[in-house]
Amino acid sequence: MLKRLKSRETILLGAIIALIALVETRFSGFAAPGNLASIFNDTSILMILALGQMTVILTKCIDLSVASNLALTGMVVATINAAMPGMPVTVLILIAIALGMLMGAFNGVLVWLLDLPSIVVTLGTMTIYRGVIFLISDGAWINAHEMSDGFKALPRHVILGLPVLGWIAILVITLFVPLIMRTPMGRAFYAVGGNPHAAVYTGINVGRTRFNSFVLSGGLAGLCGYLWVSRYAVAYTDVAGGFELDVVAACVIGGISIAGGIGSVGGAVLGALFLGVIKNALPVAGISPFWQLAISGAAIIIAVAFNAQSERTKGRVILKSAEATS
Amino acid sequence: MTLDNTKQPIAARGDTADLAPVLTLRGITKTFPGVRALGGVDLALYSGQVTALVGENGAGKSTLVKVLTGIYRPDAGDIVIDDTPTQFQTATDASDAGVTAIHQETVLFDDLTVAENIFLGHAPRTRWGLIDWGTMRTQATEILTRIGANLDPDATLRELGIANKHLVAIARALSVQARVVVMDEPTAALSRAEIEELYELVDRLKSEGKAILFISHKFDEIFRIADRYTVFRDGEMVGAGMIADITENKLVEMMVGRPVGQVFPTRSTNIGDEILRVVGYSHPTEFADINFGLRRGEILGFYGLVGAGRSEFMQALFGVTKPSKGAIKIDGKIAIIRSPNEAIEQGIVYVPEDRGKQGAIIDLPIFQNVTLPSLGRISGNGFLKMAEEFSLARKYTERLDLRAAALDQNVGNLSGGNQQKVVIAKWLATLPKVIILDEPTKGIDVGSKAAVHEFMAELANEGLSVIMVSSEIPEILGMSDRVIVMREGRIVDECDRKGLTPEKLVRAAAGYEESA
Ligand SMILES: Nc1ncnc2c1ncn2[C@@H]1O[C@H](COP(=O)(O)OP(=O)(O)OP(=O)(O)O)[C@@H](O)[C@H]1O
Ligand SMILES: [Mg+2]
Repeated sequence: MLKRLKSRETILLGAIIALIALVETRFSGFAAPGNLASIFNDTSILMILALGQMTVILTKCIDLSVASNLALTGMVVATINAAMPGMPVTVLILIAIALGMLMGAFNGVLVWLLDLPSIVVTLGTMTIYRGVIFLISDGAWINAHEMSDGFKALPRHVILGLPVLGWIAILVITLFVPLIMRTPMGRAFYAVGGNPHAAVYTGINVGRTRFNSFVLSGGLAGLCGYLWVSRYAVAYTDVAGGFELDVVAACVIGGISIAGGIGSVGGAVLGALFLGVIKNALPVAGISPFWQLAISGAAIIIAVAFNAQSERTKGRVILKSAEATS
Repeated sequence: MTLDNTKQPIAARGDTADLAPVLTLRGITKTFPGVRALGGVDLALYSGQVTALVGENGAGKSTLVKVLTGIYRPDAGDIVIDDTPTQFQTATDASDAGVTAIHQETVLFDDLTVAENIFLGHAPRTRWGLIDWGTMRTQATEILTRIGANLDPDATLRELGIANKHLVAIARALSVQARVVVMDEPTAALSRAEIEELYELVDRLKSEGKAILFISHKFDEIFRIADRYTVFRDGEMVGAGMIADITENKLVEMMVGRPVGQVFPTRSTNIGDEILRVVGYSHPTEFADINFGLRRGEILGFYGLVGAGRSEFMQALFGVTKPSKGAIKIDGKIAIIRSPNEAIEQGIVYVPEDRGKQGAIIDLPIFQNVTLPSLGRISGNGFLKMAEEFSLARKYTERLDLRAAALDQNVGNLSGGNQQKVVIAKWLATLPKVIILDEPTKGIDVGSKAAVHEFMAELANEGLSVIMVSSEIPEILGMSDRVIVMREGRIVDECDRKGLTPEKLVRAAAGYEESA
């Protein structure tokens, strides 16, 4: 697995570099350090969410509620900030993470104790969490002038050429590597997705492991809730609408198998960056928004086809399909 | 009623004079990244004859089967059928050419019925092109009866035990009209009675003029049913000929490259105090009133026919299923086990029989599979220590004679027998007090079998208590200090190693009257 993933990561990294180089030849300045830092910064939230999503997908589940979770926590902290401008931002961040974890836990409990399919559960909570935003905000927006300066400044504060938002992504990535590779919980994600039956015999609680992954994904969505509304200095019901699909797409491009049990931190991060570069490159190239969507979509399909192709060399997959069609 | 995909005529009936092979493989080479599984092997299959293919775990037998059935495409070499070289691009090509196989890892569909599993992809059709359910069911029953399997064609596969699933796989292979039938360790999951029926089936297929390739690690059956043999070692063909012209020792020597004794390890006799006592364990449908004790350093054999409820009982003991009644004592104290996790905490571990499904995680590397239940022991401050993880995995896999390119190789890339060694290593690495081994040497080659037995004896001598569920009489007789025989969910006999004979075991397991 390690070797295969490594090669996939290398290929993805190569594709990203090639893409940047290609755009650079036409529009010089695209590959300037400053612009690359800003692309990375722009992609931070996607990377963080993709990491959370990865843990869920590893366990053979999916979390479609992340964007709604993000929007709801964002609205809640923005509302608190508007009402109590004196509350320290760190407290608000902790509230955001805790609230996000709570929503993740709600998904997790339904999947674990009621044994419901995660796609059904999170399709439901995706709508519910959005609905709650409307209830608490009455459909109203919270605009920049209602937010405190400290609240808005944190993610944009630049350290060593990179805004804090980007540094937070780097921090999350660095914490994720040992979490996934070196803790029993990380190992359990792979085991549960790779072979749930065997995991049971190994003494791993499959339901609880899935619950953990949902809490993790929810907590990161909560963190991103704060980051999103403070960065864009606005909160409303439809914040990050449809963003869950970008998150899942980043994971898929990064080689995280929807069937569970296969994937890596590097893959999820690079998958997100790949999408980020495309999204940043197309407007530079003056391509119309319609084509931007079409090209992003095509990139996803190519990546997925590519993944399927490289999985096919494994043999075991061939065996299954061969058995199915013979 | 002929099946609709009969595209090839059935080979001429067992013509003894006809010595041209039905199918020949010439110089087949297949490499995987880093491994050359087959290095230019030859093989010939003859109508009406059984060719046994033998070789150690990882010798390339299953890979050859997959080449023969179009699942893998060889890097080089020809498949010659009736003097015409052909290429199998897909599994369908192979089955159209009349090659069918029972694979080592059976891939069946848990949520489909027995009949659907047998006919998936080639179901009988009505005039309108729809699936003809009635005919399908009758034909399924026909095939099942032919192989002596008493199964309901409408049962879903999930309800069946592993042995019965295997019978469904066999029925599936035979539902195709074929001239070449390949069987990759078909008896590994079957009990004696079913094996006898399989032998009869093989005899029948022979008399119908089919060419049979039979892969097995059991020498008694090779000598019982095969006409020819071919030996593989490390992906090369090292010998072939007529079974009548060779002895078992010669065959083993060819396979392993050195002579191997068939002796079981000697055991020290210092068996300690009782460590585990099971009182009145019962289950509503699977077993009843199980009582026995297990002492420190003892190897307790559980013998019985498949379906005797041995594995079901062991699963309850391990906390996978719940018993309806009964209690267990560990070191004299009542213990409650409601989940595998609690069993592991109490020092009881279980190596399941179905190691594909319940054992290995094929997308994880070998070392991570081995350490999975021992992660607590090799971590500090919540983080795993990589060096310790590797050395733990290395220690146990080496003791079990695992053949792998590297420990960070995925388990899915190992041969069937080597996957099983990983699962056994995984459980031994937890340093349990009691280990339950369900068919410990199923599918493991002779040399490694001796290694497993030796390791088992050594651990028992050091004080580990072993419960060994086995359907292999020599193994039961050679390894156990005491044997419990189960039949139809109950214990029917318990005897010491001394004075135990194969006849006595079989009689107790099958329920014949003891002839004084
Ligand atoms: N899909 C694969 N990818 C990489 N290596 C593989 C793959 N399948 C098999 N191998 C390797 O090829 C070799 C031959 O394996 P094969 O399964 O043919 O052995 P076998 O003779 O059937 O052994 P056993 O008796 O254990 O079933 C082994 O070294 C195995 O690790
Ligand atoms: Mg094999």
